[in-house]
Amino acid sequence: MADQRFRTPRSVAAGLGSAHHGVHHFLVERVSALALVPLVIWGGFAAAGLVGAGHAAALEWIAHPVNSVLLGALLICGLIHVKNAMQVVIEDYIHRFVTKAALLLLNLTVCILAGALGVFAILKAALTGGF
Amino acid sequence: MSTVPRGPADRPMSPHLQIWRWHITMATSILHRASIFALYLGLLLLAGWLVALAAGPDASAAYEGVVGSPLGLLVLFGITVMVFFNLAYNVRQAFWDLGHGFQIKTAEATAWATIAFGIAAAVAFWAGLAMLGAL
Repeated sequence: MADQRFRTPRSVAAGLGSAHHGVHHFLVERVSALALVPLVIWGGFAAAGLVGAGHAAALEWIAHPVNSVLLGALLICGLIHVKNAMQVVIEDYIHRFVTKAALLLLNLTVCILAGALGVFAILKAALTGGF
Repeated sequence: MSTVPRGPADRPMSPHLQIWRWHITMATSILHRASIFALYLGLLLLAGWLVALAAGPDASAAYEGVVGSPLGLLVLFGITVMVFFNLAYNVRQAFWDLGHGFQIKTAEATAWATIAFGIAAAVAFWAGLAMLGAL
């Protein structure tokens, strides 16, 4: 570390690095990845049971609390995971400030909107039977 | 001031992609990054399915008509391969986080394993769907 000697003892102790975020992004990415392993496997089995079953059967399935909660967890955890992953791709390859900021905001907006719509749809379908 | 103006980076820089001879750990690293786009699309499709489901039988049927078309099924199969590949890759990364699996032979074997798992699990999943008569 050539420029370690230019860092103040306080910044070394805080350990947050030049972006002031520390390892938070990395930890969220690793933890969401591990949480998604069982959720995706559950989602695969759920999808196998639902394909071609029809609208009424899907509504009946989603109305079960275990299914609606796990489906919401899969959606939200997945969106957090890909939002962070896509953020890194944008930061790595897009260097023009305005373009980078616009794409980062677009990434955030798309993921939050998909999450809000998805959770609302789960609640509506589960609580009202889809009507 | 704790910072100084810097000239050219004095750390070693990695050579550009085109200069490298392709090897499997590099290919899976790039494929892992590419798989993010497939996962992104997959989650948007999931959210879209939920909205269509909540909107009623007509919207639901229209959505399933689009996603269930031959092109839609091809896209879904590709997403399935990428999801299972990404899942295996994340398990591999979890072992790296614990400090295991960095031997070159191990890293190469686990790289091949992530690709093999992605394809095998996706084929098994879709074969299962076909056997259930769901397709």
